[in-house]
Amino acid sequence: MPPDETVTTSDIYAGSSETSEGKVFTVSGQDWDSIAQGLSDEGVDERVVVNMGPQHPSTHGVLRLILELDGETVTEARCGIGYLHTGIEKNMEYRSWVQGVTFCTRMDYLSPFYNEMTYVLGVEKLLDIEDDVPEKAEVMRVLLMELNRISSHLVCIATGGMEIGALTVMTIGFRERELVLDLFELITGLRMNHAFIRPGGVAQDLPPGALDEIRAFIALMKKRLPEYAALCNANPIFKARLVDVGHLDLEGCLALGLTGPVLRSTGYPWDLRKTQPYSGYEDYDFEVQTWDTCDSYGRFRIRLAEMWESLKIIEQAADRLAGLEGAPVMVSDKKVAWPSQLSIGSDGMGNSLDHIRHIMGESMEGLIHHFKLVTEGFRVPAGQAYVPIESPRGELGAHVVSDGGTRPFRAHFRDPSFTNLQATSVMSEGGMVADVIVAIASIDPVMGGVDR
Amino acid sequence: MNEEKDATPPPKPAVEQPAVEQSPENVPAQTGQVQQIGLRTGMFGASGSGDTSGYGGLVAPITYPGPAQRPFGGWYDEVADALDVALQAGGLTTSVERVVIHRGEITFHVRREDLVATAQLLRDDPKLRFELCSGVSGVHYPDDTGRELHAVYHLLSMTHNRRIRVEVSAPDADPHIPSIVGVYPTNDWHERETFDMFGIVFDGHPALTRILMPDDWPGHPQRKDYPLGGIPVEYKGATIAPPDERRSYS
Repeated sequence: MPPDETVTTSDIYAGSSETSEGKVFTVSGQDWDSIAQGLSDEGVDERVVVNMGPQHPSTHGVLRLILELDGETVTEARCGIGYLHTGIEKNMEYRSWVQGVTFCTRMDYLSPFYNEMTYVLGVEKLLDIEDDVPEKAEVMRVLLMELNRISSHLVCIATGGMEIGALTVMTIGFRERELVLDLFELITGLRMNHAFIRPGGVAQDLPPGALDEIRAFIALMKKRLPEYAALCNANPIFKARLVDVGHLDLEGCLALGLTGPVLRSTGYPWDLRKTQPYSGYEDYDFEVQTWDTCDSYGRFRIRLAEMWESLKIIEQAADRLAGLEGAPVMVSDKKVAWPSQLSIGSDGMGNSLDHIRHIMGESMEGLIHHFKLVTEGFRVPAGQAYVPIESPRGELGAHVVSDGGTRPFRAHFRDPSFTNLQATSVMSEGGMVADVIVAIASIDPVMGGVDR
Repeated sequence: MNEEKDATPPPKPAVEQPAVEQSPENVPAQTGQVQQIGLRTGMFGASGSGDTSGYGGLVAPITYPGPAQRPFGGWYDEVADALDVALQAGGLTTSVERVVIHRGEITFHVRREDLVATAQLLRDDPKLRFELCSGVSGVHYPDDTGRELHAVYHLLSMTHNRRIRVEVSAPDADPHIPSIVGVYPTNDWHERETFDMFGIVFDGHPALTRILMPDDWPGHPQRKDYPLGGIPVEYKGATIAPPDERRSYS
């Protein structure tokens, strides 16, 4: 496309071209004069449609925003999604029930344990083994989920800060997130995509020394979390960008199906951990955090406060785990439980030599059982289940359908990022372009979860 | 099978034996009614493996939990009663086809013609108050003749802290279900996704377009007749077939 003569910039990527739909400008910064000039030459001054993203550092991922502008004011905002669609739900229909965890953990990549958890709770409900999951597995699940809530909220605050130019918030946010990922690596072996929560329990027992590391992390976080409050809570620039931006009241939240921090920023204390407890959340002492301003600032403060509450839960979970040393982490039903555990070999994690000796040298039945369970998998009675949980972004639920076979007949995830992103139009129309960024950052959509 | 005992026919290979004995009618009655959708053949899922054990000839029905009988117990009766009263007041006596309770979750199967009115009652009636809809999830049952496409809605009442499921079905030949965006605006994107993935046309949706797949994509990927796709992968000299062509055990 040849650059138009009226454009004075030397940037070869910026310029304008004639199309059948009219003149199209490519904007690359510091070229507003040429665009304004070009528009008035065309005789159009009333309507500019700007495509923002999908490759844009401020759109919180591969999100494409289609903004209709009147000057700097957004008159219409629409989202274009699907750029990260990977067909995870379809793929799960072609793997065993246990393998499904490996797929769904990759959807919302900032809260992998929640994806695993809601799917596993659905499978366990269909298997009718909810009450058989051992206590230690439940406590470990809670521990991992709350650590994950901290890491997810940290990324939300960090990237939200980066998008408005608060780079220090970004650097310290990722600094602390790294500590959580180190704990994940210690416990599950991976920093993300863990596939650790399995139907019937968790994949592995806690490694030695994990509780000490967790306690050290709690102590460190108690020193580090006040830094966010000191940097942001009363910061006039931060408040000027966030207060009263992205307004959505309770009626709007319920109509559009928004849950999580956005719903709680209207002052309504809805948190599934309290209202419909799962995995033993009723046994932990924590508060549901709310704010009453319905705006981005309130959502920021809720996330900050929720990290403190998560620390409280982690502390209690660590205390309980200290008394559960050596307890089982998987159901005793051998028709569901994975036959072997990994063990620490000379080269790190590896196969359990005891188990290999057992199936290869001692028991033909053990070998058959191992083969059947690992390659064929267990069968799940026909039916459907939906067990939602409170993810860092709101209600995350898996609609799990079984036809009695060894693979999910259908697994659909109601991802809060997907649902909450619908509020983009309501939150940002009538505001400035810069406020769109803040409003979307306060929803905290993760495109891996939106597009699945 | 043994009608011709005295004729002593030559023994057949096990895999070729007729499977009439395993037809659904001869399966022992299960407790409660069940809903049969389709048949499963063989015991190990794999076909063409040269299995001569006879298990390959098994035919078993795929059954889903059947309708529940009154009283349902717990708060299920309260919700069902309130819904019945509200529906009767609105002249919609036949809108709920059946109620299924399975694993502690209650499902109302609603006729598609009455979906919008029923959803409106579920949202607005003070005894029901299902304020939040967690979206719609499509399921494709190719063997459920005449009701192949299902749309499943999960509703939450925050007032009463209850969850129910509403299920609507449509035949493949007429994949139309009324849109409930007017009642639950949150279903805007959810219905677009279900249309994108299953081809269910939600009549009355303000802008029913594809949402995850490209606009010009042919077909609806989550339908059971749509292949998963994939290419064989060579690894250390061996070739691994794409996932949907590997041996499966369902």
